[in-house]
Formats: sequence, C-alpha cells, structure tokens
Amino acid sequence: MKQALELQVNGEAVALMVEPRQTLADVLRDSLRLTGTHLGCEMGVCGACLVLLDGKPVHGCLTLAVQAQGCAVTTVEGLDASGEIADLQAEFHARNALQCGYCTPGMLMTAQALLKRGAVPDRAEIREALSGNFCRCTGYEAIVDAIAATAAKRGAA
Amino acid sequence: MKAPPFAYRLAEDLPQALDLYARSAGDAVYLAGGHSIVPSLSLRLQAPALLIDISRIAALAGVSLGPEGLRIGATTPHAVLLEDPLVATHAPLLAEAARHVAHPAIRNRATFGGNLVLADPASEFPAVVRALRAELEVEGPEGARQIAAEDFFLDLYTTALQPGEILRAVLIPPPAPGQLVAFAELARRQGDFAMVGAAVRLVPKAGVIGTADIVFHSVGLTPMRAVAAEAALIGQALDAATIAAACAAVAQDLQPGDDPVLPAATRLHLAGVLLGRLLRRVQGEWA
Ligand SMILES: Cc1cc2nc3c(=O)[nH]c(=O)nc-3n(C[C@H](O)[C@H](O)[C@H](O)COP(=O)(O)OP(=O)(O)OC[C@H]3O[C@@H](n4cnc5c(N)ncnc54)[C@H](O)[C@@H]3O)c2cc1C
Ligand code: FES
Ligand code: FES
Repeated sequence: MKQALELQVNGEAVALMVEPRQTLADVLRDSLRLTGTHLGCEMGVCGACLVLLDGKPVHGCLTLAVQAQGCAVTTVEGLDASGEIADLQAEFHARNALQCGYCTPGMLMTAQALLKRGAVPDRAEIREALSGNFCRCTGYEAIVDAIAATAAKRGAA
Repeated sequence: MKAPPFAYRLAEDLPQALDLYARSAGDAVYLAGGHSIVPSLSLRLQAPALLIDISRIAALAGVSLGPEGLRIGATTPHAVLLEDPLVATHAPLLAEAARHVAHPAIRNRATFGGNLVLADPASEFPAVVRALRAELEVEGPEGARQIAAEDFFLDLYTTALQPGEILRAVLIPPPAPGQLVAFAELARRQGDFAMVGAAVRLVPKAGVIGTADIVFHSVGLTPMRAVAAEAALIGQALDAATIAAACAAVAQDLQPGDDPVLPAATRLHLAGVLLGRLLRRVQGEWA
C-alpha cells in the first residue's frame, strides 16, 4: 500500500505517494525523473547510487524512500545546479576521469564529501575514501588525479 | 532485483515498537540502518509482512558516559563510533575497528546495534565487544534484561535475542587500570570483509599479564575467543617467548573451514601472524 512521503529534494519541497518497498534511488529516478542517481549493484557495493541525505553521502539503493521522511536529499543534479562542484567537474573533464560515466555521480558525491571535510587529502586518503565506489572503465588513476587537483586548488584558495 | 511488497511503520518509541511486533504474529522485522535488510529483501532472502522502523527512537540513540562505563545507543551509526570523542577516549578499540567496517557512505547509515544483532561472523564489532566484556541492554515483551557480550553470539547470524526483543544500548565497562588494547585485520582491500581479524585486551598485574582477552573474527561461526592463546599469556611477562607461545596456541583455538577464497591452513596461519603483530604492538606500549 502506498504511503505519503514528504521530503526536500535539491532544495525543493516534494510530496508524493510511495510504496514502502521502493528505495530512495527508485523514487528519485522513477517518480521524480532525477536519473543522475544511478543503480548498479543495488546492494551497497558499487556506489553509483550515492546521494546526500541531510548532507551526508548514503546509498540510495540501501535506503528505503519512506526512511527519508522529512529529510533533505541532494542528488548530483542538485550539486551540479548549485555550482559547488563546478571545479571538480572541470577537473574530471580535463583529465578524462570518466569514460562511460556510469560511476561518475557517485564519484562526485564521495569526492565532494571528502573535500568538504576541509583538510587537503593525500592520494592514499582519496583512495580509501573511494573504496566504496567502483569504476569499470578508467582504472581510477585519473579520478584520483582529478580529486587531488581539486583538493590542492581549494586548499590554496 | 526489487523487494517484494511489505508494510512499513515508523515506531515513535520503544513501547510502540514492541507493541507493533506483538501484533505482527511474528511476521515483522525491526529496521535500523537497513543496510543488511534492504539488500536481503531485494535478493528475496527475506519476505516479512511488516518492517518496524526503530531508527528514530530517541531511547536507542546517543553516546554517554556514566559510572558504569560508556553507553552506546543501538542506532549509533558506525561513522559516529569513528568520530565521537567519548568513544575515542573510553573505547578506542571500537573507533579503531570502525575504520575497517565497510566504506564511508555505509558507515553513515549502518548502525552499531544492527551490526551486532546481525552477528555476521566476519564483522568487526562483535569481536570487539566480546574482547571488551561489554554488556548488551535489551528491551522485550517481558521487560528489560542485560546480556553479556560473552553470551550473546550463539551461532552463525544467531544471537541470544528472543523474537521481538530490541537491543537498546551497549555498555562498555570502564578500562581496567593499565589496560592495553589493539585491533587489526587482514583484508584484500580497505573496507572489505576481513580474511581474519582480532581484538586484543591485556591487563597487566604486578609486571605480568593478569587478564587477557583475544577474540578473532572471520575465522569461525561467531566471534571466536582464543582460550588457549589467552592461557599462554596469563601470568607471563609479555616477551618474545610468551608471544610465540600464544601464536602457536591459536591452532588449538581455531578450526576454520576451507572456503573457495582461502584454504583453512592459510587462514589459520594468518591468524597466528596477526596475533603476533597485535601482541608486539601492545608490547611496545607496555609500561
Ligand atoms: C557493501 C557493504 C559492506 C559491508 N561491510 C561490512 C564490513 O566490512 N564489516 C561489517 O562488520 N559490516 C559490514 N557491513 C554491514 C554493516 O556494517 C551493518 O552491520 C549492517 O548493515 C547492519 O546494520 P544496519 O543498521 O544496517 O541493520 P539492519 O539492516 O537495519 O538490520 C540488521 C538486522 O538486525 C536487526 N536489528 C537492527 N537493529 C536492531 C536492534 N536495535 N534490536 C534488535 N534487532 C535489530 C534487524 O531486524 C535485522 O535483522 C557491510 C554492509 C554493506 C551493505
Ligand atoms: S547501486 Fe547502490 S551501491 Fe551499487
Ligand atoms: S567511467 Fe565507466 S564506470 Fe567509471
């Protein structure tokens, strides 16, 4: 049976009816047509489905939509629109840190959460932060480069 | 795959959660972080009629310090164990172990209580709470009770919780004077389930080892207390010979099975290697 769900998505209040079995990623993609949140493994392993829930990265595939009642959700569309990851996106672009792009929304979520912690992370810390994000195309090197370059620039700013 | 249909209720408080369970005819599951339940529903390994969401119950949340020790609410996410200053000061072993549990985003939602109740033999926290001799506070239809971590983990994914009971909090007793602890695991990749891991707690007494707790994970059906290795330490000075004896004794304590990724003999060997590293680390801090 469908239940009422109210939450904020990318800064806008949203109210809709959802089935309890729908995950947050399902609702974002299928009901709200925010298809930047990707679904790969649907079991918490690949990281393609990461979104920010009240500011923290969580797996859209492991969170039931009904559990987000009253919360603020930010998807990659929201991060993009606000301009806060423009520098990160530019570095990904410049270094070919994406090929098919399937993993990229999740990579950006993880990277932004890491960079927002303040300190400039070294490569080992970047790799550790990315341990829950799979990329089947790039071999990770360019992704780590892009995040390290953004970190250095933000640190110097 | 997608989960089969089920009903969902958000419990406001403990009595309501217990009541919802009581009226479910046993066909309900408590939902905390959902990071094990949701994939298990999606894989259709489980199909309860009702999920009772306990993740917003205030009585299950929070970390506090009292005369009996550090009390950690069941719904505390792993990330808080990593960052909370009280945990860092009063249960550093837990904070150390939390670094090895899954990946950053998982740690934002998966809960300490859910991890213990799931009782995955590869989980880090069950080994740590057993090594620290923690007490588990439980609320159930029959009232409240306390279960020693020592008696909590019964078998593969099986605990002493009775149907309908809720783990409310975990009480970590204050450290014994001079207590030294260490945690480590061997995994192929940061955040992966360990090939073998262990939590160690030693309490010196008059220059020798007075108390020893050694609990392994990922080498048996439950967190495994290494009784023979502990016995090899007690009453001895923490020197190279004692450490070698304890590592050798591990073979009496653990009987891992062969599995497709790791032969039993390799896992056992790694357990001995790991214990040696942990004991040498503790030796370095020994006054
Ligand atoms: C990709 C991935 C990697 C992981 N890697 C690791 C790892 O390396 N090490 C590790 O230890 N764990 C790992 N985990 C598991 C994770 O750390 C949690 O242990 C797990 O998700 C359970 O916590 P939860 O809060 O999500 O519980 P849920 O999924 O909500 O619940 C799990 C079980 O516990 C019951 N339950 C939950 N809370 C209570 C309570 N308070 N009282 C009574 N019953 C309760 C539920 O009914 C259910 O049966 C991983 C998980 C994922 C998805
Ligand atoms: S789809 Fe969520 S982690 Fe893979
Ligand atoms: S770019 Fe294709 S999966 Fe990462």
